Amino acid sequence: MSIGTARPRIEGTAKVTGAARYAADNYPDDMLFATTVGASVAHGRVAAIDLAAAMNAPGVVRVLTAGDMPALGKIAPPAAVLELPMQGDRIEWEGQPVALVLAETIEAAEEGASLVRVSIETRPAMVPGKGRLETPPDHFAKARETKGDVETGFHEADFSITNCYFQPSRHHNPMETSATVASWQGDHLTLWNAAQANLNAPVVLAAAFGIPKENIRSISPHTGGGFGCKGFVWPHELLAAAAAKIMNRPVRLQLTRAQQYSQVGHQPECRQTMTLGAKADGTLTAIRHEAINTTSASGLHFEAPGMASRGYYACENIEIEHQVEHIHTTQPTPMRAPVEGPGSWALESAMDEMAIALGIDPLDFRLKNYAETEPVDGKPWSSKKLREAYIEAAGVYGWRTRAERPRQDGVYAIGHGMGTAGMFCARFPGAARVRIQRDGGVIIEASANDIGTGNQTVYTLVAADTLGISPDRIGVRWGDTRYVATGPVYGSSHTMGTGSAVRVAVQEARRKLQLYGAKADGPLDLAELMRRANVEEIVGDGAWAMPDGAPASMNGNGTPYAMQTFGVTMVEIGVDRDLGVIRLRRAVARYSAGRIINPLTARSQMIGGIIWEWGKATMEASPIEPGHGRFLAKNLSNVAVPVNADIPSAIDVGFVDEFDEHASPIGARGIGELGSTGVAAAIANAVYDAVGIRVREVPILPAHIIDGLG
Amino acid sequence: MTIPETHAVRHIVHLRVNGEAVVAEVEPRVTLLDYLRDRLRLTGAKKGCNEGACGTCTVLIDGKRMNGCLTLVVQCEGCEIITIEGIAGDGELHPVQQAFIRHDAFQCGYCTPGQILSAIACIAEGHAGSEDEVREWMSGNICRCAAYPQITASVLDAASAGKERN
Repeated sequence: MSIGTARPRIEGTAKVTGAARYAADNYPDDMLFATTVGASVAHGRVAAIDLAAAMNAPGVVRVLTAGDMPALGKIAPPAAVLELPMQGDRIEWEGQPVALVLAETIEAAEEGASLVRVSIETRPAMVPGKGRLETPPDHFAKARETKGDVETGFHEADFSITNCYFQPSRHHNPMETSATVASWQGDHLTLWNAAQANLNAPVVLAAAFGIPKENIRSISPHTGGGFGCKGFVWPHELLAAAAAKIMNRPVRLQLTRAQQYSQVGHQPECRQTMTLGAKADGTLTAIRHEAINTTSASGLHFEAPGMASRGYYACENIEIEHQVEHIHTTQPTPMRAPVEGPGSWALESAMDEMAIALGIDPLDFRLKNYAETEPVDGKPWSSKKLREAYIEAAGVYGWRTRAERPRQDGVYAIGHGMGTAGMFCARFPGAARVRIQRDGGVIIEASANDIGTGNQTVYTLVAADTLGISPDRIGVRWGDTRYVATGPVYGSSHTMGTGSAVRVAVQEARRKLQLYGAKADGPLDLAELMRRANVEEIVGDGAWAMPDGAPASMNGNGTPYAMQTFGVTMVEIGVDRDLGVIRLRRAVARYSAGRIINPLTARSQMIGGIIWEWGKATMEASPIEPGHGRFLAKNLSNVAVPVNADIPSAIDVGFVDEFDEHASPIGARGIGELGSTGVAAAIANAVYDAVGIRVREVPILPAHIIDGLG
Repeated sequence: MTIPETHAVRHIVHLRVNGEAVVAEVEPRVTLLDYLRDRLRLTGAKKGCNEGACGTCTVLIDGKRMNGCLTLVVQCEGCEIITIEGIAGDGELHPVQQAFIRHDAFQCGYCTPGQILSAIACIAEGHAGSEDEVREWMSGNICRCAAYPQITASVLDAASAGKERN
């Protein structure tokens, strides 16, 4: 069995030697370097742009403004921003591109950009708390959802609590800023593009430029992290292609870190109000979850935090209400973890507060309200082993004996906290091709990118398992739309989608080999079989579809089952009462996420998810400065993210043994975002446990501790 | 493609890159990072922030780890530059590279060249004596995928393997 064995990632050598090519590592002949000039205000109208000084800078070839742009066709999702860039004079967010400088060197482009003089008629900007509220249309989540009657539930309750929980806007900050290299050959376009879904840019750019999407080839084997901001298609991708067309030369546009803050989305500010009712024995009688997230002036991003209250706990009465607040900002976009990420911050904090009010251990309170079926519609779960995860995590952590351990270590007061993890299950169709070579070697092909999740190594393990051969004999070609078109690397979906397609493709090839004596099951001697077949190669194509051929299935839609991933994180922290400093000491997490194909890379993802949440809980924020409607800081010098010194080695993650036959034929569900749910609340709960201060906004900073302790 | 220098003022700078002599004719404003990438096509060094905050562009200059984005080529007269492309032996990866693979000390890989060069210097400086020490001295290199525990393990592993060899 190859599935379930720890396997170093197949692209490892390329990544440690610098051979792995990312989008901006490509230099087609005659390429121009581009950089954008962004609007300096959040709302207004471009009155004039003076290009004279910029055009005089040595090496600047051209500066494009709205008047130079070709008329572009209407675009639709997966475009992130539906308004085409640089097509008019309207400014709706700070940093919105208003000019594009093209030069022979990056130095000349940046000098040119600094010399472009933009005059803007400024208008008052809508800022958080003063924007326009709207109830969003339903998408994968409903804006409003009701089960039972919460008023009855609160009436039945012995205790009820209401509190508000805040999280600021935050940025993905992948180490690679977004980059697009565009090169036209007639009406064919080649892109080297930092992307999580190779197929998305061709769809949007084909609509914009009025060409068939088959004319666009996107090559991006390696993407330097995405976390959501390279999922949809952003204006810079259109600008690079438009500039290359106008100039009839290849163009590279890599965003600077500051431009990245304004041009490829963020997780919006979320304000949530949680009301819980419970009986004295710990039975939840009502959950009301109200959430408002900010979005851009004319776009719609509906974060749907209330989905957490739909899926986490059994309760007879549930009411969920979402609103969005339009402000003048960049379009927000999904960020690890959306939906239950913000939702679990509020719900899991409130659950801790209620457990304390009831005098029940937070773990017992959660077990008491364990959801045996989907709480709102009553569907059976495709598979759920959260109870096992709770028990195993508690044992490894020593949750039940935490009160017996010292409460102080030097200057640090020790606190313990827990939070349930849970993430909706997004599934997308997948496709793959397998080629069995004359010498018995195997090659798998699929268009998807590598963003670091280890998906290509997963393919090799699935294929090895299906053929009964060593993964050493299997190679992968990926990251190019010339290969079989498959699903995205976002939404914690890829192993289910493309991993299952690899299984189907290999099964198809295996059937073809039966003609030459291959057994139906068990290990195959491919070299011998191919010698008998005496052909160059045997090809198997595999596809894995959603019910009714749907483009996606959320939470088991179209099946008799509800699908979700589950888990729990327990954290031990230290709080310095004098300085207010909070330190992570250790974490234990266990997950119910279906079968784990590669435990080595899965472990890395979950550790990364917990650290990601440490950043959310104690460091990261991109607040919008209310006077100017722009992010206060747009760099890594002033926006803190976790570094090595913040993180202990004692992060113990693991998975409950599980096979979910309903979620995917390989038994997997998803993991990428699961590790970034419930952790921020666990940390806030541990802060309360340590020093008795309940903090209901993240990041939890030293000032919260010092002010709270008076 | 070759990239023309566009500025009137140029400087001639002699340096060695991965053991080879290079004569650079550059404008004073060209950073070592952009020179390595755009002129020499040594694209292993990555641009993450271009202001010295993230460490993805770390290279070794005369054995010291430095941010390529904060170093001008004109500062490098007579310097020995080592990039990620220059550390593996003939047919064998450097022990730190091997340790990073073994411990799965990266995901997307974008910060990895900088992490590995920083790790090599960290060990050479004598700053790899304990977990705490490694964490502190490896904190100039951000890994947003957050492989920190694995990076720490890799550095300690490679450091102790090096001691055994000596």
